[in-house]
Amino acid sequence: MDFSWIFEYQDLLLYGAFLTCLLLTISVTLGFALAILLAIAQVGRGSIARWLSKSYCTFFRGTPLLIQLWLIYYGLGSYLPHIPGLRSSFLWPVLREGLFFAALALTLNFAAYQGEILRGAMLAVPKGELEAARAVGMSPWMILRRIWLPRAIRIGLPTFAGEVVLQLKATPIVFSVTVMDLYGAAYKIRQDTLLVYEPLLLVTVFYVSLTFLITQGFQKLENAIPVRR
Amino acid sequence: MSSPSSILDMLSISPPGWGGVLITGAFATLFISFGAYLFGMVLGLFGALGKLSGFAPLQYALNVYTTIVRAVPELILIVSLYYAGTDGLNRILAMAGLGPVEVNGLVAAIAVLGFVQGAYMTEVLRGAILAIPVGQLEAAKSFGMRPGLRFRRIVLPALIPNALPGFANLWMSVIKDSALIAVVGYQELALAARVAASNTKQYMVFFLAAAALYLVITILSNLLFSALEAYFRRGQRPVA
Repeated sequence: MDFSWIFEYQDLLLYGAFLTCLLLTISVTLGFALAILLAIAQVGRGSIARWLSKSYCTFFRGTPLLIQLWLIYYGLGSYLPHIPGLRSSFLWPVLREGLFFAALALTLNFAAYQGEILRGAMLAVPKGELEAARAVGMSPWMILRRIWLPRAIRIGLPTFAGEVVLQLKATPIVFSVTVMDLYGAAYKIRQDTLLVYEPLLLVTVFYVSLTFLITQGFQKLENAIPVRR
Repeated sequence: MSSPSSILDMLSISPPGWGGVLITGAFATLFISFGAYLFGMVLGLFGALGKLSGFAPLQYALNVYTTIVRAVPELILIVSLYYAGTDGLNRILAMAGLGPVEVNGLVAAIAVLGFVQGAYMTEVLRGAILAIPVGQLEAAKSFGMRPGLRFRRIVLPALIPNALPGFANLWMSVIKDSALIAVVGYQELALAARVAASNTKQYMVFFLAAAALYLVITILSNLLFSALEAYFRRGQRPVA
């Protein structure tokens, strides 16, 4: 085992770790917001919205993330330059980067899985609580904001922790669209130094520690919200 | 963007079209997934029996296996096992005085994915075995059934309905994980689509076509697993 390359590649590794965390944060927060909309659409009354949300979840849960990523990066990416005015707009430096497409693909994918879980959690909220809320005269929007969603999120919390960990484990494939995340850094080190196992071992330790932190964090969060058993 | 007729031409089965390459890729994906699934199931069955055996060193080793495999990103596992597996095999062959071999990509893909599946299968099967009512096992024992007979006649039929939902999830995940094999260069559906797309520059068309093929596979598998579960739960009281 030879780890003498660590200091030489310190900056690359740190930046890679930063990108991995950034991708995880972006996709989990934005994906969660989208998941709320997807779940509401599926438990709501509008049949078109329900059908759209259902098809969205089926597509993103039924195809590999790698295909979605390539579809968005190569497919969507090849159409973007043809949109008039986009090239000269201030958004172009962001839209040109692999990072943007990687974040988009990870977000859309996370939202589909999370939306399905949230839908189940919303259906698991006891009917009596929603009826009580209606009985005290809350508007549907207020019921959603004050009762239905908070209760559903509490019910789904143990599953969310698992989803976030799965999302972390899904991030390394962004290296296939030129994003130098932590795995991308390890890949480059392997190419430069011809060491196969050491860089992989180092980044593995990082992923496993981050997994540990995420599960601990969610455990704290779960304990912080009191529940009656 | 191109006209609908030229898109159909590109997707046609016979060679200037790339449809045949995609279909072959889809079969490769199915073959790898199925092989890895079966291999994982065998590993998982031994793993689950080992974890329930009460033999501490074995339990400890299996815990290390399932924890590590489930904590490390699939891509890293696949890439490192792919290299470590080939490398290790060649070292063993060198020690035995034989020359190095080029490991068949298909075999390596099945072995690597199966090894990952095995860890998840272990947990699914362990849970399914633990969910069997103790009374049924005690009744079998009191009839004088030996462990082998007990496993075949009582444990196996009783664990299948418990394990089926987990099996269904794992089948979906092995199909999607098999796309990661593309990264180490074996041509299954994902890589076939990429090759076709980069040759024709029609990225949208070919990745959408590949996505559609994956969807067909997953949706049909879903139907199959629902039918299987209905069959294996026949005669059971419906829950709630």
